[in-house]
Amino acid sequence: MTVDTAARTESTPLTHRQLPRRIVPVVLAVSIAAGAGLAALVGFSLPALAILSAVVFTVAITTVSGVVEGRRKAVDRLVTTLVYSAFAVALVPLISVVWSVLDNGLVRFGADFLNTSMRNVTGLHDQEAVEGIGPYIGGAYHALLGTFLITALATAISVPVGLMTSIYLVEYGRGKLAKAIRFFVDVMTGIPSIVAGLFAASLFAVLFGVGTRNGFAGAVALSVLMIPVVVRSSEEMLRIVPNELREAAYALGVPKWRTIVKVVLPTAVSGIASGVTLAIARVVGETAPLIVTAGFTSSINSNPFSDWMMSLPAYVYSSAMRPLSGSEPQPSFDRAWAAALTLVIIVMALNLIARLIARIFAPKTGR
Amino acid sequence: MSKRIDVSDLNVYYGDFLAVEGVTMAVEARSVTAFIGPSGCGKSTFIRTLNRLHEVVPGTRVEGKVLLDGQDLYGPAVDPVVVRRQIGMVFQRPNPFPTMSLRDNVLAGIKLNNSRMRKSEADDVVERSLRGANLWNEAKDRLDTPGSGLSGGQQQRLCIARAIAVEPDVLLMDEPCSALDPISTLAIEDLIAELKENYTIVIVTHNMQQAARVSDRTAFFNIAGTGQPGKLIEMDDTTKIFTNPGEKATEDYVSGRFG
Amino acid sequence: MTTSTEPATKPPGRPRRAKVRPGDRNFSWATRAAGVLILIVLAGVAAFLVREAIPAFRADPAEIDGGEGFFAYVWPLVFGTLVAAFIALIIATPLALGIALFISHYAPRRMAQGLGYVVDLLAAIPSVVYGLWGIQWLAPNVRGTWEWLADNLGFIPLFAGPASATGRTMMTAGVVLAVMILPIITAIAREVFLQTPTLHQEAALALGATRWEMIRMAVLPFGRPGLISGVMLGLGRALGETMAVAMVLSTGGFTWSMVSSGNNTIAAEIALDFPESAGIETNTLIAAGLVLFVITLAVNMLARWIVARREAFSGAN
Repeated sequence: MTVDTAARTESTPLTHRQLPRRIVPVVLAVSIAAGAGLAALVGFSLPALAILSAVVFTVAITTVSGVVEGRRKAVDRLVTTLVYSAFAVALVPLISVVWSVLDNGLVRFGADFLNTSMRNVTGLHDQEAVEGIGPYIGGAYHALLGTFLITALATAISVPVGLMTSIYLVEYGRGKLAKAIRFFVDVMTGIPSIVAGLFAASLFAVLFGVGTRNGFAGAVALSVLMIPVVVRSSEEMLRIVPNELREAAYALGVPKWRTIVKVVLPTAVSGIASGVTLAIARVVGETAPLIVTAGFTSSINSNPFSDWMMSLPAYVYSSAMRPLSGSEPQPSFDRAWAAALTLVIIVMALNLIARLIARIFAPKTGR
Repeated sequence: MSKRIDVSDLNVYYGDFLAVEGVTMAVEARSVTAFIGPSGCGKSTFIRTLNRLHEVVPGTRVEGKVLLDGQDLYGPAVDPVVVRRQIGMVFQRPNPFPTMSLRDNVLAGIKLNNSRMRKSEADDVVERSLRGANLWNEAKDRLDTPGSGLSGGQQQRLCIARAIAVEPDVLLMDEPCSALDPISTLAIEDLIAELKENYTIVIVTHNMQQAARVSDRTAFFNIAGTGQPGKLIEMDDTTKIFTNPGEKATEDYVSGRFG
Repeated sequence: MTTSTEPATKPPGRPRRAKVRPGDRNFSWATRAAGVLILIVLAGVAAFLVREAIPAFRADPAEIDGGEGFFAYVWPLVFGTLVAAFIALIIATPLALGIALFISHYAPRRMAQGLGYVVDLLAAIPSVVYGLWGIQWLAPNVRGTWEWLADNLGFIPLFAGPASATGRTMMTAGVVLAVMILPIITAIAREVFLQTPTLHQEAALALGATRWEMIRMAVLPFGRPGLISGVMLGLGRALGETMAVAMVLSTGGFTWSMVSSGNNTIAAEIALDFPESAGIETNTLIAAGLVLFVITLAVNMLARWIVARREAFSGAN
């Protein structure tokens, strides 16, 4: 930030001492060599090498730049290095998550896994499979069905309520009621998912007796989480519909509610639909509310209004935490990973669909 | 089908703020009336009270009378929706519905009110309205493309076609050419001259040459200062306003010494 | 639509209210009903939680898990909840800031778009998947690090040994939570950084600023409220996150050591115990849920307050 006043009075040179571009790879190579040496001292490992090399490189490049190019450039280079390393560091766990899911999930993932349930599958089967006597059996069909039914029910509850509320907030809401709704929708977005589960569980306990667990209770819990998301995203989408379009419709003698239904909603529909899809993607992987409301089961249950119902996240959880066979847990772990892969595929597909909806159904500009 | 408008003692409020005060005027049927005046003098606010569009902004209010051929638009049992069907409006920026095709845009006023219509009848309306808006030749081959694909001037003529498709008695135009290039502006001005055979037209404009070219009568609005209400200064035949106005303020404004 | 304050000059007996069409009235009532329903649901959540929690507050202390009353039961859980979230935040915030800057201002444009998309996708991965990854991949891999910490920094109570042999410790849970909230914070930070007005950035560059100086002068002040609300959102997620902790942490009683097994969070405790609970135990867990609700609510309020307070200085209109 300091201005070189001496230089200014003379004819100011436009060039400045700069490090050659090649210096960065050179310093990097030297740093890795030094890092390897240091790592050898503390006991060689790949993470140690990476960390030590990065530290050496940061110090080296900053010092070199400080000597040659001055303080400001040195700080700039330091920050650049830090930003790149933050990115590199963050890549490690994120890549590892994706890799683990793919690598472990593909062991059991397949048509067979998606088409069978866990009914009558016991630890004995798993032991036999590991010993090579029997086949690997058991799948997640019942969980897939449960997830589908529960999420569909939650969507059927949340979308009408959420969409109507957002219409109220954008088109009608003035004054205290609207303010209160907006505030409490914000509060609702912060409800921890387990608390939403507790609410649904205790609501059903009061209405239908203690210990009532079924898919519908799970759907109610998910709705509590989903409604605020739908309200917020739809509200945003309705708000960006230009007022001019509403006025154009009013000026044609169209009543307000028809204007909303036939002009405002169609204009915003792509954004609303993609927001709803993202909301579904968010609740489809919710685990905690379902294990306290819908419970666990190993059989197919296609009636969300009675009896316990398995869901994919609960399936992952129970397979990982309570393997069927205590001595040979690996088949259960494999099933957990395969179910996790299924879940990730569903979430990714929903995200992609949301993007496609936003792109395909966006109002055409024709330009 | 064209009707006259008589306004008496009209006050327009935004909340407690009096935006336009004490306007009394008569707008003749089958004529073009231009509103001119500096920015912020309440021309646009006033024109929006003539089809009760002003009140869609929350907290706004109107006092006084607006008579459409003797019927008070602000009478107790009057439905603003019905008023707006009889008094059409064209806006400053062209605003075709982005989700609808050209054809559906023209039919919007009819379709959005769920009136059933045979296809041949609808085709007639589309052709008649587009011809009326001088857009038929450019648009007839692309009736199913989105309306927003047209140029700005074409879009504005589409909006005019949309407004006249519901066969209103009066057509209000709020600076219809301010977002258009000179050639499109000329096209709209020619159109206004044709439309006045059948419609009562009220146009707000910032362009005094435009007012002089298209209008039969001109109303000059002015404002004493910020925070003051806008007022109607004088209204007379256009030639008189531009050659021999009755008020000093009008003369200053039209001769360019002000605003 | 008319305002309530009518001027005295208004002549009496002139109804100005527009006639309301039945379609309009029904539709607006339907939308209002939906909004009111949300308020009722939220009131219901609060009412049910309080109603079911009260027996836990009133119960004989000996009946509560641990035998010393509800508050003795809940405070280690509150501690665990806060600590896990705190560890996650400390790790995730600087990293998220770095990644967001990388995507918005350092990476080549074409790469940045793809990266932004990947971050959005990672934010959508369900927590149970992170939990599974935490217990099966991370815990075995970080065990050595915790042992090293316990051996070399064991004099600090937080790293007191012996380190867990499974790696399923509070630190591990914190790291899993950090990985989970990293994409969330990054997504929001990137969004606000990208929205920095080009004019501000060019103004800084035109003054001869280096890239970092430009970021410090234009991007960070503009993005600060967004960054803070992103961090707070991440904190809220970390506080309320259940599965990752329930799966990763080998739970137990309170301990200061973050590298040995022990401690638990409210959400995980509920998820682990609720399915098999009965009677007063259920009430206790619901009361704990109420405490968690209050904590997250407080964090959200704080976030909103900070953002509102800083907004005037952000340079955003």
